Amino acid sequence: MTTEVSEMITVVVDGFEVSVPKGTLVIRAAEKLGIQIPRFCDHPLLDPVGACRQCLVDIEINGRAFPKPQASCTIPVEPGMIVKTQLTSPVAEKAQRGVMELLLINHPLDCPVCDKGGECPLQNQAMSNGQGETRFEGVKRTFQKPINISSQVLLDRERCVLCARCTRFSAQIASDPFITLNERGALQQVGIYENQPFESYFSGNAVQICPVGALTGASYRFRARPFDLVSTPSACEHCASGCDMRTDVRRGKTLRRLAGDDATVNEEWNCDKGRWAFKYVTSVDRLTTPLVRNSAGELVAASWPEALAAAANGLKAAKAAVLVGGRATHEDAYGYSKFARVALGTNDIDFRSRLSSDEEREFLAARVVGSTTTYLDIDRADQVLLVGFEPEEESPIVFLRLNKQVRKRALKITAIATKLSIGVEKLKGEFVKVAPGQEAGAIASQSLSAKSIILVGERAGESAGVLSAVAALADASSAKIAWIPRRAGERGALEAGAIGNLLPGGRPVTDAAARVDIAAVWGTDALPTSIGKSTQEIYAAVNSGEIGALLVGGVDPLDGENSQAALAALEKAFVVSLEIASSAVTQRADVVLPVAAVTEKSGSFLNWEGRARSFDAAVADSLNRSDLRILSMIAEEMGTSVNLATVTAAIKEIASLGKWDGARVSLNKVSAPSQSAVSGDQFILTSWRRLLDLGTLQQGEENLAGTARKTVAVISPKRAEALGVVDGDKLKISTSLGSITLNALVEDIHDDAVWAPRNSRGSQLLVNLGVAHGAVVTVVKA
Amino acid sequence: MAFSNEDLAIMETIIKRYPRSRSAIMPLLHFVQSRAGYVTNEGIEVIAKLLDLAAAEVTAVSTFYTQYKPTPVGEYHVGVCTNTLCAIMGGDAIMDALKDHLGIENDGVTTDGKVSLEHIECNAACDYAPVVMANWEFYDNQTVQSAKDLVDSMRAGNPKPPTRGPNTLVTWKQASEVLAGLNDGKAHEGVQAGAPSLLGLKIAKGETK
Amino acid sequence: MTKLTPILSAHWDEKDSFTIEAYKRHGGYTASAKALAMDPDAVIQLVKDSGLRGRGGAGFPTGMKWGFIPQGDNKDHYLVVNADESEPGTCKDMPLLMANPHVLVEGCIIACHAIRAKHAFIYIRGEVTHVARRLNQAIEDAYKAGLLGNGIDVVLHIGAGAYICGEETALLDSLEGFRGQPRLRPPFPAIAGLYARPTVVNNVESISAVPAIIANGAEWYQAMGTEKSKGATLYSLSGHVKNPGQFEAPLGITLREILELSGGVREGHTLKFWTPGGSSTPIFTAEHLDVALDYEGVAAAGSMLGTKALQIFDETTCVVRAVLRWTEFYKHESCGKCTPCREGTWWLVQLLRDLEAGKGTEADLAKLLDLCDNIMGRSFCALGDGATSSITSSIKYFRDEYIAHITHGGCPFDPVASTLFAGAGA
Repeated sequence: MTTEVSEMITVVVDGFEVSVPKGTLVIRAAEKLGIQIPRFCDHPLLDPVGACRQCLVDIEINGRAFPKPQASCTIPVEPGMIVKTQLTSPVAEKAQRGVMELLLINHPLDCPVCDKGGECPLQNQAMSNGQGETRFEGVKRTFQKPINISSQVLLDRERCVLCARCTRFSAQIASDPFITLNERGALQQVGIYENQPFESYFSGNAVQICPVGALTGASYRFRARPFDLVSTPSACEHCASGCDMRTDVRRGKTLRRLAGDDATVNEEWNCDKGRWAFKYVTSVDRLTTPLVRNSAGELVAASWPEALAAAANGLKAAKAAVLVGGRATHEDAYGYSKFARVALGTNDIDFRSRLSSDEEREFLAARVVGSTTTYLDIDRADQVLLVGFEPEEESPIVFLRLNKQVRKRALKITAIATKLSIGVEKLKGEFVKVAPGQEAGAIASQSLSAKSIILVGERAGESAGVLSAVAALADASSAKIAWIPRRAGERGALEAGAIGNLLPGGRPVTDAAARVDIAAVWGTDALPTSIGKSTQEIYAAVNSGEIGALLVGGVDPLDGENSQAALAALEKAFVVSLEIASSAVTQRADVVLPVAAVTEKSGSFLNWEGRARSFDAAVADSLNRSDLRILSMIAEEMGTSVNLATVTAAIKEIASLGKWDGARVSLNKVSAPSQSAVSGDQFILTSWRRLLDLGTLQQGEENLAGTARKTVAVISPKRAEALGVVDGDKLKISTSLGSITLNALVEDIHDDAVWAPRNSRGSQLLVNLGVAHGAVVTVVKA
Repeated sequence: MAFSNEDLAIMETIIKRYPRSRSAIMPLLHFVQSRAGYVTNEGIEVIAKLLDLAAAEVTAVSTFYTQYKPTPVGEYHVGVCTNTLCAIMGGDAIMDALKDHLGIENDGVTTDGKVSLEHIECNAACDYAPVVMANWEFYDNQTVQSAKDLVDSMRAGNPKPPTRGPNTLVTWKQASEVLAGLNDGKAHEGVQAGAPSLLGLKIAKGETK
Repeated sequence: MTKLTPILSAHWDEKDSFTIEAYKRHGGYTASAKALAMDPDAVIQLVKDSGLRGRGGAGFPTGMKWGFIPQGDNKDHYLVVNADESEPGTCKDMPLLMANPHVLVEGCIIACHAIRAKHAFIYIRGEVTHVARRLNQAIEDAYKAGLLGNGIDVVLHIGAGAYICGEETALLDSLEGFRGQPRLRPPFPAIAGLYARPTVVNNVESISAVPAIIANGAEWYQAMGTEKSKGATLYSLSGHVKNPGQFEAPLGITLREILELSGGVREGHTLKFWTPGGSSTPIFTAEHLDVALDYEGVAAAGSMLGTKALQIFDETTCVVRAVLRWTEFYKHESCGKCTPCREGTWWLVQLLRDLEAGKGTEADLAKLLDLCDNIMGRSFCALGDGATSSITSSIKYFRDEYIAHITHGGCPFDPVASTLFAGAGA
């Protein structure tokens, strides 16, 4: 890794010398000395604007003084610069006091009922840099009190100081310029176009960086005072971007979550799902006690010893397999991985509770596990290829990072996709249009360099041959690969070996030396030697009678293909379910063990980079039972030991395993199928999940759901004409399993394809149609 | 109202004037006013679509400039300069008189839709003070009576011609088309200059007494 | 006595002065032909040598501004003409463009050649339909005559009512299709102006002055004016005078001279106060009648030459009312971007309204001045500064009149007396 060496410039601020990299703004040079210059519009991640004038300081350069105070947020340091802030310059002090007074003349005195009170930069800086009393005796500007600019965000224009942070964020960072400054002069105000609400996936950041109480989130409004909250650093569990977060809790209840500050990952941003979807933790269906199915076939509450014994007995009594969803922490996944091998003696484990393939499993073992592509590689890439990946929908912080580079240096982005998405349009990406299932051919014709990266989404595994083509392209060009799954736990589960072909640390199960490594640490004699079954194979084996018991943690059986078979298997097998809330699995389980949600436990996720995102329990007085601890207890009950009573123990053990430097699993090339021709009312279905949809972890947050994109079925202009369909007409999509009827949207999509959201209101493809990508469906005007 | 295909074609030619399409937003807003009379939501959405902008970005611009009207104005939009010099020399009296005469307030429209009234800022004709504008044409050296006569002529459907402008006063919509940069063929009409504009020249030429 | 020097206005008295035929009749478009045959750098040098300075208010040397444009940088360059004439009192560019639009078109051709620009934009304010017509027709006729379109294009851009767009960076944002709010400088327009490309922004009168300079030479131009303020310019006389109008004269003429030439203050009245260059320039009084109206002379007397908008107010005028009205203008035209101007003008208006209505106190007067101190030099652009000029200067010269409003419990002036039609029974 190279490090850019910047030229250092030494300046004097209030009599103290400080050396900062060339290009540093005066306001930040002062910060480095611990000198806080008050400010509102300044934000280190937004372009300087110099609008609020709060940060005025006196500056001279090589003896030549500026005739008037300068905005320190807009002026870069220069050699020979001497800066006098409010601390040493009476002129700067009066200028700042004057601006503060002006900011307050039209500001309402509603701090006692304002959500920002207690953590308000205006309040704080009015105390530190203002004057006790106003000289303004006139009439204040008034506006209608808060107006909804989306179902989730309210705007109180009276409180606004017009710093334009929110509008600049929306335009510069999110490329969603749905809020703008309107009118002018003293009537200038933030606003939306009346028919288009502020429905940006990133709108919460605008709320967070508002330096006053002008923008508030509907969910937190009037809920708490900041000084009553206990804040805990946390990590986001919603996707693999890996956002640093802060969780604010009052009396055991999470009241809000904020984006944390990590320059290497999420900078200071997050998405609205990460910010606002946390009520699932306190949903009505939350499990609170263990449940055991009695002789009458009913699930009834049981004591922990009773339930653990029942679980152990059931798992011992039959050949068992493990299904662990993609939301487990790294440590929990490691626990499941070890439990499968040590307690159950099997490699039949799979974290991929979604559409998946054997090609993908090989690809993950051959190319992904242990890989080190990072956000920094995006910053440095000469171009980025997106394969089976819609960054804005599936890993929003990756989208923001791409967008930053697009804006900063016109980074070239190419998307191989069936449909042009809003996100790729915003990235000004080149759209390589393919029919669903035919992605591989388009990949082969791309030309990349050693400085390029291929961002591969989990959906790349849904078309045969795509991952083989990706590997071939990477080999031919030396481009880096990054695999970006949707779920927060998948990369950690992969590294932990919660998959049939790998042991922890990327060690192939078929490699004897690899098994010896692990067996030594685990203190077992032997480990199973053959490649384990995949999720689909496990369900099939249950249904055929080969497997009799399942240990299931955090799985939604409706997320995969052939959900009927999954449900049948769950009915048939002896199922031990570790879950936070009642689900399709718990309803069919024989033993249900309630576990802690992310905010209630410590641990870490490995984000798509493989970077550990650690967190502590934010809510102290909850169940406090991680999957890991329960697995250890079940193992004890079974007479074996996984020896992982605490997260710390797991972290230590994972570290002691070290890295695998032996041979990797090799990838057997899979060829793409030939294109099946469709015509008339036949289409090939394609889909992806939207960021805001019916996902389990978004339950209970209606304000957030209100900002979701509208459910539509997309077909091409040519096919629309043939069907006699225009925007807004109804389209009925059907398979042998069922049908859905959606509003049509005619857009840039492959002529063979019809697109619908995978899991949105009115469009749950795997449930409604049984398929989600690459299958032929019938589409008619309804 | 919907924009006709011909309108859309004109809008495309307006966009082509500029190296970057966004620059066309102001003439397009004038053009929307030439068709709809004011900045309608439909106009905002058409412009947003043509320029590949969010509608909010168009409203941000349209609300910044005072000539873009969020609600309909009269067929003849009358502006009375009440900036200091005109106000003192009679603009305030004219404005008060017109409000009273028309029975409307500032920014109001007469019920027949003929005349709307707005107090305006300096219109770069101070040597002709007090100044009244109608559809942004000059009516120089006004008095209370001449201003009343002017609006009466408008309501009668036969507006007096501008002092320095075309031979007849065009309507608000027609004027908006000119402001969108379209040529209505009336550039040659009217005087080349009023007397005050020529005063210095005449003195220099010794043509004054 | 300084003599008037009609150059731009020399043929305004001909009925068809705005046509291309009339313009050519008097040698129009020969200067551009001459300039196009010259090396661009030689054109810049000639304009530098002439001493021409910006006529939009700031007085920056025009040739030097052109010389800032990086050459050989393989980027598009732009010329932008500021025809957004909106400074209260200013009324020179509109009559110029109505009577002689071709001189600006020809100036654009010469300036584009000099700065190696292929594109010129003329940003004219939107509240002048007929001026826009004349200019649009002139551009069209210049294309028809083959004077434009052969490597140099001129586009007319019509504004929509925003004084702030006269500020050059706000103008550029407006021309790019944004709200007309000023930009941070640096980068300066010469480096990153329109579309972030090197751009010259000049006032109408500055560009219009160029053809005659090319035609007659730098020495000819230099011979007019004063030591540092060369050439001739349009002075606009308005207000309580017998004969208002445009006076093209060498820089350095005095108001006393202009009043003598034109007939003086209106009959039976005396000069009370006046602006040398629009409402943003501190006011003068009768004691300044002999100040040389050039960049240095006016500055030395505590104001600015600005746009040479000489607004004359006689003794019937209430200075508090005049200042209040200007302040209301700045409040209306503040773009809203920065706090001091946006909030400050809101407050200033309220204080002045109270003072004019006799509801103020002497403490309010002190507050007013302190508030001006917190706006002046603290705002993002010069609009905020301009808003304070008339207030601080009027209090300097007419403090007693402010006090009189307080002691009198209201305005001691009769507004009817100051109207043009006072005594006419209106």
